[in-house]
Amino acid sequence: MKLVIAIIQPHKLEAVKRELEAVEVNLMTVTNVLGQGRQKGLTEIYRGAREAGGLLNKVRLDIAVNEDFVEPTIDAVTRGAHTGSVGDGKIFVVELAQCIRISSGERGGIAIG
Amino acid sequence: MNSGDTAWVLIASALVLLMTIPGLAFFYGGLVRRKNVLSILMQCFIIVCVISLQWMLFGYSLAFGPDFHGIIGKLDWIGLAGVGAAPNPDYAATIPHLAFMIFQAMFAIITPALIIGAYAERVKFPAFLLFTVLWATFVYDPLAHWVWGTGGWLKSLGGLDFAGGIVVHVSSGISALVLALLLGKRVGYNHKPIRPHNLPFTVLGAALLWFGWFGFNAGSALAADGLAATAFVNTNTATAAAGLTWALIEWWHSGSPTVLGTATGAVAGLVAITPACGFVNPMNAMLIGIIVAFACYAAVAVIKGKLGYDDSLDAFGVHGVGGTVGTLLTGIFAQKAINAAGADGLLFGNLHLFGIQCLMLVVTIVFAAIMTFIIFKIVDVTIGMRVEEKNEIIGLDLTQQSEAAYTVIE
Repeated sequence: MKLVIAIIQPHKLEAVKRELEAVEVNLMTVTNVLGQGRQKGLTEIYRGAREAGGLLNKVRLDIAVNEDFVEPTIDAVTRGAHTGSVGDGKIFVVELAQCIRISSGERGGIAIG
Repeated sequence: MNSGDTAWVLIASALVLLMTIPGLAFFYGGLVRRKNVLSILMQCFIIVCVISLQWMLFGYSLAFGPDFHGIIGKLDWIGLAGVGAAPNPDYAATIPHLAFMIFQAMFAIITPALIIGAYAERVKFPAFLLFTVLWATFVYDPLAHWVWGTGGWLKSLGGLDFAGGIVVHVSSGISALVLALLLGKRVGYNHKPIRPHNLPFTVLGAALLWFGWFGFNAGSALAADGLAATAFVNTNTATAAAGLTWALIEWWHSGSPTVLGTATGAVAGLVAITPACGFVNPMNAMLIGIIVAFACYAAVAVIKGKLGYDDSLDAFGVHGVGGTVGTLLTGIFAQKAINAAGADGLLFGNLHLFGIQCLMLVVTIVFAAIMTFIIFKIVDVTIGMRVEEKNEIIGLDLTQQSEAAYTVIE
């Protein structure tokens, strides 16, 4: 089991969801997050006081998948979020030690899908 | 008695109330961080409660009561004794004395509320209350008597302040600067940016201020007449000019015209036209708006940063500087052709008025600064003006009001 964490541009969320549904990955958690990478932040000005490097809005997806779905998930997120510019985001893949479905008590791979 | 005049002054009184709540409350409330927005709304709201009673009980008598040597009003009108439905010809012959009293009450309310901008995000609530009552009693009431009270010594000299540039804006603005210096900076100021938490609130507040200010300025004619119309048009003209000018300066100086800048410029225009609106022509009102935008922009965006004091919401930069500019320009642009009860300014060949305007300014600045210093020391020794650092970091909403404005989780 792996946890795929994707940080993407907010306006790409719908495209990424469509691509994930196409490869039958339907379960995810979505949060609004702030961040900065190579894109840097934008400058804000309040009554003449300049603030460079304000954090930018991003969307974070947490997707738990079984091993067979790891590569299709990565490909789907990439297809949906890619524009080729800095700021498109990143995908992190980490080991997932356990998964428990609260309603049934099922554990492991069967609880993920 | 004139029913039209009475109706206008009563409506104007309600308009001036609207300036404090919700106008100023939201103008300031949007500019602070989310952890302090309720403290601002509370301070504005309770000032309306406290000063309404202070004014009715003794403040009105101190400011407008029978004169005592030009310095203060006598206490004959305590609890509004003798202030009734009959007009008082010394102030307004065509409206009930009570209507004049309540119109003035709204001015007494908004003035200490303006100072909130200087000490926002770092004062104890009980200290704020004591400061406000003492300031209203020992700064606003005497000053209102000097400038507006029958027999007041500055009024007798012939100084012009149509709607409160000196009494309301210079007095509160200078006191704001003194407080900002005495209190020190907010925790974290200069190290990390302190961003406004809700600019739409601030723009809404500025719009309500603009709307309410027609009551403030045109209402100060105390009649539904040509002078009220003059003040109304001048108010709108100067405000429009100042808002546009600020946006253009900002565009040129920092690259973008911001909505906060445009709203701030409009408020600076409102402040500057306040003393002048019943004495100048509309073209000069436009000039006043343009000039004040440059002055306040310099104060807020350039000078404040260089001097390093933390006037949180620019109460001094907008009201102190704007009121000063307006008072001086009244001495330049005033003309008897607009208001026979006024005087000619520098532009119309009369140096005398300009001298008196300067004198009024110096007197007000010195008086307000010294009294604010003394009142601050009294409050600081008895209650302590500033919250503990821990509480300042947590925020005043939770530590002073035990409430939170916004929930993150239901």
